[in-house]
Amino acid sequence: MNAFIHHFVFEFRAGIRNKQLLLMNYLFPLGFYLMMGFIMAEINPFFLEGMIPAMVVFAILAATLLGIPDPLVNARENGVFRSYKINGIPSISILVIPALTTILHLAIMAVLITVTAPLFFQAPLPVNWLNYVLIFAAMAFACAGLSILIGVVSPSSRMTVLWSQLVFVPSVILGGMMLPYSMLPDAAGKFAQLLPATQAMNAFNGLAMGKVAAFSPWSSVFMLLTSGILAFGLAVYLFSWDSRNTERRGHPSLALLVLLPYIIGIFLLA
Amino acid sequence: MIEVKDFRKTYGNYVAVDGISFDVKQGEIFGLLGPNGAGKTSTLECLEGLRAPNGGLLRVAGLDPASEFRKLRNLIGVQLQSAGLPESITPDEAMKFFCAYHNVAPRFDLLERFGLVEKRNTQFYELSAGQQRRLVLALAVAHNPQVLFLDEPTAGLDVATRVELHGMMRELQGGGTTIILATHDMAEAEQMSDRVAILMQGKIITIDTPMEITATGAGLTKISVRTQASSLSAAGAIFPAVSQRTAKGEYSIYFSSDIGSTLSAIIAYIDAQRDELIDLRVERPSLEDRFLEITNAGVAQ
Repeated sequence: MNAFIHHFVFEFRAGIRNKQLLLMNYLFPLGFYLMMGFIMAEINPFFLEGMIPAMVVFAILAATLLGIPDPLVNARENGVFRSYKINGIPSISILVIPALTTILHLAIMAVLITVTAPLFFQAPLPVNWLNYVLIFAAMAFACAGLSILIGVVSPSSRMTVLWSQLVFVPSVILGGMMLPYSMLPDAAGKFAQLLPATQAMNAFNGLAMGKVAAFSPWSSVFMLLTSGILAFGLAVYLFSWDSRNTERRGHPSLALLVLLPYIIGIFLLA
Repeated sequence: MIEVKDFRKTYGNYVAVDGISFDVKQGEIFGLLGPNGAGKTSTLECLEGLRAPNGGLLRVAGLDPASEFRKLRNLIGVQLQSAGLPESITPDEAMKFFCAYHNVAPRFDLLERFGLVEKRNTQFYELSAGQQRRLVLALAVAHNPQVLFLDEPTAGLDVATRVELHGMMRELQGGGTTIILATHDMAEAEQMSDRVAILMQGKIITIDTPMEITATGAGLTKISVRTQASSLSAAGAIFPAVSQRTAKGEYSIYFSSDIGSTLSAIIAYIDAQRDELIDLRVERPSLEDRFLEITNAGVAQ
């Protein structure tokens, strides 16, 4: 327990001390939030109705997809994991603790957005706070798991950026933050359902913001949770201590199994 | 303390280590030398439990590194060639963090001993190369390991820091710690190691004390002699086992293949000439000379 606490405290501090992590955890989401608040609200007044969940989802995407995988890959490349192994630090701690500390940073960021958005931009608050917190936790858990998995299977920093952007960019465009899901063409809508952001926005709309969900919101929460569990499980299974060590327990393409809950969801909710 | 028998490590078809055997006694500093690709790192990594061997027997402190790694990790300390610490960790945090995983109280006294107290809250990437090495070494010994693995511990360090680290290694040895030292620095290996093994293409070419290894080479010993009346240079005397003679300032210099007979003859000659010996210097071939001789012979074969 003592070891876990020291590890957690270090990782949490690193999330502020490390300039790249500070940018992804706080500065980038905060800047985007302010920009959207001042510009988007003028262009599209309906944006304000979903501003709080949209900006919280954006913050989650930035902190997890852009913040978690690269430090993991760098640590593996620089022999940090080898050093951890020799000193008895378990792989589960290496994978879970950065995810937990990022979720804690995200909770701080979510509070900041939720408190200031009504004051600065007259954005409506959630109507069901319990569901709001539950969906935030499910989305943060799913994205943290996915990001950890990307960090585990990426062979290099370059590939990490590619994989992360492959999820991040469509999530921002199609995930329901900028445009409502109902406005998407059918094919784009189906593709969007593969993204955690779409599921989170659907759940926020139906369960926390008092709006109408495009499809079953509880199914969205369930998909987020199951994909999060699957992602962490796959990350632990595919984890490698050393980039030079070619002995892996499974092929990295197994990571695609993380999409299974969303794919099943598309067929069940069709 | 360490037992290696017929150890073999392969990567696909590539044989990195080909059936080597050696043992290391408690409190010994054992040097592992060899050119790049000789198999040093593979040997170290298997002894440290980072990789599994493909054959043979490995025992460190009586334990099998592959199957008993959980027990072994508290008995060994490792300084990896790469830094092996997160960039943003401070010495203070690293000490708390690593000691907690070894289930021992943080050894802040080591930060003081290793000259890191003033840098205890500085992030790892902001430390100098010497400070980083000292921190990694402090962490490696914080749980009082029985065996310490050092991979290129002084690479890239200035002279003062090297001397300091060598002093620390001697202190640890004095406390009974067994040290495995993998290095490319022949002077370091010669100075620090009780015994060295020279590896090449996955095999041990020679294993002995640095003195014995240098003594068995074909290298010539350099003898420089200066006398009051310079009788040696005047006479141009010929001595047994001397294959080359030269002079530099007031010194007569001889290259001998048999130091005993040459020295005896030189001293007898000076006595006979009623001259007086002022200075006598004997320079044996270094471990580096012998290493090059051995590895060049290996390449030629």
